Amino acid sequence: MLALFYIFIGVAIGVSFWQITRILNLRGVIATDKDNDRQGKYFILFGIFIYALMIYCLIGMNVLMLPESASYEGENDDLLFDISFWMIGIVQFIMQFIIFFFTYKYRGKKTNKAKFYADNHMLEMIWTIIPGVVIIVLIGFGIFQWTEVMYVDEDEDPILIEVYAKQFAWQARYAGADNTLGLGNVNFIDETNNPIGVDMSDPASLDDKPVTELHLPKGKKVLFKFRSQDVLHSAYMPHFRAQMNCVPGMVTQFAFTPKYTTEEMREQSEVMDKTRGINKIRSKKGEDLYEFDYVLLCNKICGASHYSMQMKIIVEEEEDYKRWLAEQATYAEKL
Amino acid sequence: MSEHHHKETFVTKYIFSHDHKMISKQFLITGMIMGVIGIFMSMLFRLQLAWPEKSFTIIEAFLGPHQTDGIMSPDIYLALVTIHGTIMVFFVLTAGLSGTFSNLLIPLQIGARDMASGFLNMISYWLFFISSVVMVVSLFVEAGPASAGWTIYPPLSALPQAIPGSGLGMTLWLSSMAIFIASSLIGSLNYIVTVLNLRTKGMKMTRLPLTMWAFFITAIIGVVSFPVLLSAALLLIFDRSFGTSFFLSDIFISGEVLHYQGGSPVLFEHLFWFLGHPEVYIVLLPALGITSEIISTHSRKPIFGYRAMIGSIMAIAFLSTIVWGHHMFISGMNPFLGSVFTFTTVLIAIPSAVKAFNYITTLWKGNLQLNPAMLFSIGLVSTFVTGGLTGLVLGDSALDINIHDTYFVVAHFHLVMGVSAIFGMYAGIYHWFPKMYGRLMNKAMGYWHFWITIICAYGVFFPMHFIGLAGLPRRYYSNTAFPMFDDVADTNVVITYFALIGGIGQLIFLANFFISIYRGEKSSQNPWNSNTLEWTTPVEHIHGNWPGKIPEVHRWAYDYSKKVDPEDDNSDYLHGKDWVSQTVPLLPGEEQS
Repeated sequence: MLALFYIFIGVAIGVSFWQITRILNLRGVIATDKDNDRQGKYFILFGIFIYALMIYCLIGMNVLMLPESASYEGENDDLLFDISFWMIGIVQFIMQFIIFFFTYKYRGKKTNKAKFYADNHMLEMIWTIIPGVVIIVLIGFGIFQWTEVMYVDEDEDPILIEVYAKQFAWQARYAGADNTLGLGNVNFIDETNNPIGVDMSDPASLDDKPVTELHLPKGKKVLFKFRSQDVLHSAYMPHFRAQMNCVPGMVTQFAFTPKYTTEEMREQSEVMDKTRGINKIRSKKGEDLYEFDYVLLCNKICGASHYSMQMKIIVEEEEDYKRWLAEQATYAEKL
Repeated sequence: MSEHHHKETFVTKYIFSHDHKMISKQFLITGMIMGVIGIFMSMLFRLQLAWPEKSFTIIEAFLGPHQTDGIMSPDIYLALVTIHGTIMVFFVLTAGLSGTFSNLLIPLQIGARDMASGFLNMISYWLFFISSVVMVVSLFVEAGPASAGWTIYPPLSALPQAIPGSGLGMTLWLSSMAIFIASSLIGSLNYIVTVLNLRTKGMKMTRLPLTMWAFFITAIIGVVSFPVLLSAALLLIFDRSFGTSFFLSDIFISGEVLHYQGGSPVLFEHLFWFLGHPEVYIVLLPALGITSEIISTHSRKPIFGYRAMIGSIMAIAFLSTIVWGHHMFISGMNPFLGSVFTFTTVLIAIPSAVKAFNYITTLWKGNLQLNPAMLFSIGLVSTFVTGGLTGLVLGDSALDINIHDTYFVVAHFHLVMGVSAIFGMYAGIYHWFPKMYGRLMNKAMGYWHFWITIICAYGVFFPMHFIGLAGLPRRYYSNTAFPMFDDVADTNVVITYFALIGGIGQLIFLANFFISIYRGEKSSQNPWNSNTLEWTTPVEHIHGNWPGKIPEVHRWAYDYSKKVDPEDDNSDYLHGKDWVSQTVPLLPGEEQS
């Protein structure tokens, strides 16, 4: 009903507009020298607006950005990112300037003559080859870094953790003393006793430890194995520069080595600035104050509560991590 | 194609016309209506993103059972973003853009009486119309329309238990898209056959305007890639309705293990993106072709680097078919593919850069006539550079890990599609309105439209990159579940304000468009003093386009400001004026450009 009211308002505005324009002069259709002059000048003003917008976002919004990488592997991701961003940033500032400046400088006048300039092979070569070379270098670095991140050397003996996704919660299990995850499949699911479908007849499962939050040891490589119960999800751990889809019917994986404990991260100036900003907002709304924590989010559309699927991640010194892990019960102990 | 002197009724002239000029207008109007629906949806979900806990009467009014006290449900939020994306990419920027301008311009610019098959052309439009109706009808389904994102990945899109929109809503979506694909394929075949076979005497391929090259190559990409989407849709229909397991395996949902075994969602992603990536170039290339035409005409200069422009279009088209995996870097596919696709993806930057540099060089030392069409074309160059540069970051697999599916991606593709391609469409409408309707659009309203749109477009999408870099995922109904995102809330509010103003600003264009059809100043035959053949036809449309013989072509389309002395920019114009129609024979001693 209310929709009809809005539609009626819309139609009424349209009709009044139509009627008003019957009085107005709709003549004036092709740009004159005066129009060219004015629009050309507007482009300069617009250029200033765009520069201001870009500078504001790059500098003013800096505090919103993620802090430095909390994983060792992520350091080179960030380096590559910085190089790429500086490069495209410089190109952007130069090109936008040229576009707006040329529009202003060459704004049309009846007395002007345009230059008949159809091509220049040398120029074309230059601006094909130079971007080509820059791009090949970027790709080279990128592919190298990708290979470093994605290929896990089993010899490094990473800690194995399974992260299990379902609508709308994360669960996890540690591989236990044998550092081997027991087999799992949806057919073993018992929603009360075995929610992630571990095959309890597999001897490797008995020392696995189900957990409700992730604890990771600083300085030790962790290899996550991902499974999904129902639809696509994505395990996104932005502070560690880690993301991997969780696919039903497949086991996917991603590895990284945590660099800063949660405590150390909380002391970092970037994190403190961001936390301060967040708490200013939260206290104004009367909400509990925020303390930085690493977090696992879902980053692939998975249904209604996609926006709230999360699991806390705590990075601590190795002894603290071992102590915490020892306190977690294995499946054998639970049975 | 010979003239048929049939008696025209209202139905044969306006409804079931075989005439490409009428069909182009049909595509345009339908595309515009779908565009209004699409942009309205975006304004609704922007309200939710800026003020997640606030009640809005407009949400209460339009979302019926899918809202409570003026706050939309998470399910309908996902449905809105899904349908918004689907409508904008396919119905507005593919059918609305290619359908309008390929239909209007191909016969006119190559010198043909009509398309190779006017009948198939008509079918192509009516299939598009039917698919639009089905898509709109799906909005009114009780459980809601398709809600798994415009990318509709299974299992979410296959299982109604996973999200309500994957029931009847998704079935209708798939039906609509199957019909849409048929429409698109028929259209594309027509365009290809017409360009290859029906060019007038003297219209060598290397004398074709760049619009023709763009539309022609776009049609080829379409023919190669749309069938793969159709196959993905058919396999999905089989999984949904006939119990097959192409995309599904090992699923436990709603308390039970489903029977599916052996399929993979990653297969769907490959099939989808095999179309999905070329699709975005199907959206972009016509806009780039239109830009070449408009910038050269309104600069009174040849387009710089005509052959390089053709080469770039071909390179972009070819490369676009081998980069699809960059949408899937962290899909779980073999990491080796990640390296391959990074390599091919980042290569596309090269021909794209060439095009951008060529546009800018065309502006250099031009005599720029800053009509609204020209402003939109220049605006396209600006937003294409901005959006294209971030593609270099996203295409690098190592970097994509942390920005995949965040607002950084949303900002990138909106700048290149939602702004650049739409600007191409607007530029085309302002420029060819006189050809379509025999009148001119009002320039003051055009200027207002341009400035409001470009300021709001940058205001919406530039800051969005940075909330993406803050780690904010896309397709999130609300950011309130994560305190770490509290500090991006203000940016979301600013973005929404720009989006609302920009959305409402489009009303100026709509008013200008419709009023000018009836009350616009009548146009002369060639109001922009353009060289191409469409401006040699009479202002009043006739079937068969030219009253007598089709003109013969003697030169390329870009002899603007050609001088008596090529070394002296201030010497007289070679033909006495700053433009020379393609139909004018070469003067004795004049060289082909």
